[in-house]
Amino acid sequence: MINSSSDNVKKLNSINRRMFITGSLKFFIMVGIVSRLFFLQVKENKKYLTLSDKNRIREWKLAPVRGEFHDYFGNVIAGNFEAYQLHVIPEQVENFKYVIYRLKDLLELSDSEFKKVLKKKKEIKPWETLIVSNNLSWDKFSKINNHLYDLNGVKPVISISRNYPFDENFTHIIGYVSQANEQDIENTELIKKNFVPGLKVGKIGLEKSFEEKLIGTNDIERYEVNAYGRRISQLEFQKGKKGQTLKLTVDTEIQKLANELLKDKAGSICVMDIFTGEVIAMHSSPSFDPNLFVFGISQDNWQIIRNDPMKPLLNKTLQGRYSPGSTLKPIVALSALENGIINTNFTVRCTGKTELYDQTYHCWKKEGHGYVSLRNAMKMSCDTYFYEIARKLGVDKLSETAKKFGLGKKVFDNLFEIEKDGLIPNTQWKKNALGKGWLLGETIITGIGQGYIQTTPIQLCLMTAQIANGGYKIYPKIVIDDKDKIKPSDYYTPLYKNSRNIKIIQDAMFGSTNEVMGTSYRSRIDNPKYQFAGKTGTAQVKKITERERELDLKTSEIPYEQRDHALYIAYGPYVNPRYALSIVVEHGGNGSTTAAPMAKRLFKLIIDRHEMRQSINQKKYLEI
Amino acid sequence: MYQHTRLTNNNFTFFQKFRNFDYILLICILLLGFISLATMYSTDGGKILFHTKSHFIKLMVFTMMMLFISFINIKFWFSVGYLSYIVVVSLLVWTYFFGITSSGSKRWMDLYFINLQPSELMKIFIILCLAKYFHRMKLENVNSVYTILTSLIIILLPMGLVIVQPDLGTSVLIAVSGIAVLWFAGINHKYFIYTMLGFVISLPFVIAFLKPYQKLRVLTFLNPDKDPLGAGYQIIQSKIAVGSGGIFGKGFLKGTQSYLEFLPEKHTDFIFTLFSEEFGFVGSVVLLVIYIIIIYRIIAIGANSRSYFAKLFCYGFGAAIFVFITINMSMVLGLLPIVGSPLPIMSYGGSSMLATMIGFGIVMSARVHSQQLIA
Repeated sequence: MINSSSDNVKKLNSINRRMFITGSLKFFIMVGIVSRLFFLQVKENKKYLTLSDKNRIREWKLAPVRGEFHDYFGNVIAGNFEAYQLHVIPEQVENFKYVIYRLKDLLELSDSEFKKVLKKKKEIKPWETLIVSNNLSWDKFSKINNHLYDLNGVKPVISISRNYPFDENFTHIIGYVSQANEQDIENTELIKKNFVPGLKVGKIGLEKSFEEKLIGTNDIERYEVNAYGRRISQLEFQKGKKGQTLKLTVDTEIQKLANELLKDKAGSICVMDIFTGEVIAMHSSPSFDPNLFVFGISQDNWQIIRNDPMKPLLNKTLQGRYSPGSTLKPIVALSALENGIINTNFTVRCTGKTELYDQTYHCWKKEGHGYVSLRNAMKMSCDTYFYEIARKLGVDKLSETAKKFGLGKKVFDNLFEIEKDGLIPNTQWKKNALGKGWLLGETIITGIGQGYIQTTPIQLCLMTAQIANGGYKIYPKIVIDDKDKIKPSDYYTPLYKNSRNIKIIQDAMFGSTNEVMGTSYRSRIDNPKYQFAGKTGTAQVKKITERERELDLKTSEIPYEQRDHALYIAYGPYVNPRYALSIVVEHGGNGSTTAAPMAKRLFKLIIDRHEMRQSINQKKYLEI
Repeated sequence: MYQHTRLTNNNFTFFQKFRNFDYILLICILLLGFISLATMYSTDGGKILFHTKSHFIKLMVFTMMMLFISFINIKFWFSVGYLSYIVVVSLLVWTYFFGITSSGSKRWMDLYFINLQPSELMKIFIILCLAKYFHRMKLENVNSVYTILTSLIIILLPMGLVIVQPDLGTSVLIAVSGIAVLWFAGINHKYFIYTMLGFVISLPFVIAFLKPYQKLRVLTFLNPDKDPLGAGYQIIQSKIAVGSGGIFGKGFLKGTQSYLEFLPEKHTDFIFTLFSEEFGFVGSVVLLVIYIIIIYRIIAIGANSRSYFAKLFCYGFGAAIFVFITINMSMVLGLLPIVGSPLPIMSYGGSSMLATMIGFGIVMSARVHSQQLIA
């Protein structure tokens, strides 16, 4: 009994001692947990609050509104239109199958289109938007609206999209937009930043060059989302900024005329202000409708454009490399004058052909021109005369003058990434590129713009403009930019040694167009208001054989690909000139019959619209 | 052999028993029940849905049951000490063969009106059983090989049955409950130290034998950022929820982590996370204080009990509840690897609440019958 009770006391002592130990242990553990809570909730609170917001708040970007393109007179040439679209959020539709088949009926979708929609549906999550149709006609759109009672969960949406009101007229200047692909996103930081599914970006032309100005900024919607990404509630809507509107120097009416003149032909027309360098029109034919690309071009349409033998995808004004033919003659003559090789009295006797270095060189006129001076040689485009002065001048001096006047290098620098340099050959070039020495025979044909020499139509236009303005350097531009990149001191630097030489060339070009026997005499305008001066050119595509020379076929009798290119350069009005142009018609036959008459119609319109253009200019200054 | 020092105290009237209640403990339990109900309401997104309703019913029924148990003489609990242990062990065996399999483990038995998880009950009944076992034992015999072996078998048998379910977390908690009683019963502290050392040394080998998902949990605990969307997701989201709660919390029903469903298992093991997100540091500390008062009252009741059995049970139960709470909290706060362990009363789950309420009931009975001696 005593034993047992003393044991009880011992047991009690033991358990109480151990309880005390346990209690202290518990205290330390509690302190540990409270300090952990303190660390997480008080000390690190900011960090976890940010993480929690990052969890729950998600941003949705909407496609930004793209900046527009306006012509010189403020007409919209690339704008935005409201596209009627049909969106379905599968999760919100009670009977998806019924609705989608109903839509198929109403929209008259083909089986392949329908399959595409179903495939898209499988790829997205049920609460994401399925775009059933991205550009509906008004008829179908209103039809859907009338049947909405029957189409639970279908949302008719008006979305903003690119539109080119002048169809093919400006394609080669502006380019087009289409859905951004991985490459676009990778190459341009701003596209990456503004990317949303379905974002359209410039693929070519100015749409591409000015992407960063045009793109604008996204509208941003902030939503609270749950762990599965479903939107719970909208927290904020932040309006984006529309992209910058770009004004071009181009005149839509003249551009349209250029398009009309080159209808069904392959070629290029460009018109330039000889003082400001503003491009008034720049067209490459055939063109294509950029609207086709906005929502993705169909395979059929793409094949038609791609396989067209006249190559609509090629921008002939900037990419087309042509032998300048006789349009080079003003530069050859100018170079000879500038270098003191000849003077105005220098004459050559043309017999129709000339033997030089064991090779026969033909003039275009079989019977020959007889004794010709510089002025007459230009006027009648006598080849023999230019063989002779080219021989005396040498290719290196010629190339120097040609380059000075803008041939053989890009006119717009990096504005159009497709623009080509062309080629002005000299002895050094041939040694470097071909590893061979220059032959004198090559100098001779260079004198009439054949052989290695290659120029783009825009270069010919610039060259003409710089002759027309009295021989001063200008910087062509197509976008009216508030901040001109060119220093004022660089404007109008003279390109001549003696301004009299320029006058001589101008006068010879006047004769070529406005005097009997001139190559473009038939395209002249007598009214001094419209009177212009020009130079024809006919560029051979292949060497003419002796047999063909005897046959002397008419253009229409030669296969299309073997016909000569027709060229024409001109400026006007002759008194107080203001505009210069270049025309190239691929395989057009003869410069004087094909290209020169186009200039006549162009100058009429250009000069008629001159005053309007000036008044816009004055208004601009008034506003300032 | 029976010794009656006081003849009078054997039969209390109902009214006397009622007066002997520990009202502080009762109020704290009811307060905890109320908080848990509010939290459950929040997990249901501020609506009275399934979890809230079910939790409410269980809370009512089990609180009634706890009060009922309080009126039963502590002598009765002494007498059923072994029997209840054997019953729960047989339930575990039954579960092993006929249990319901859910998410890869066989833990539940279907009782038609409720799915019972016997392993949860074992957390309490192992204390009852061991308390009875050590009640009459002389202190000299406590450290005999025979005693230690027997008590180890009592602990290891249910542990083994739970491990095979498989449910490592609960089996560890059962062991903790049992070991707590052994500690209070006076087993030489050397054994505890040796066992602890042995455990630490063998830990790498134990890890090598763990199932892949268990190994993943341990690795995730060590570096949750390694796989933030996979294994580390739970712990990262839990820490974000607690941390973003701040000092005063985001407010009732405003825990974004929980109602936007970033928080996993918010009804059960991670309920403290939600509470902590909505009520912040202050709320969490208040909750901890309530738990501490409950544990303190349990220990006080044990200290005031005349019978060694009641003392042993109360101390053991108090220690076990403390361990359950701290393991759960350490787990959601990223201090321990994730093991399935509910927070007593707060977490959704009938069996856990049943077991805890039975425990409270017995403690209350010890209080009501504190002068009862058990021979």
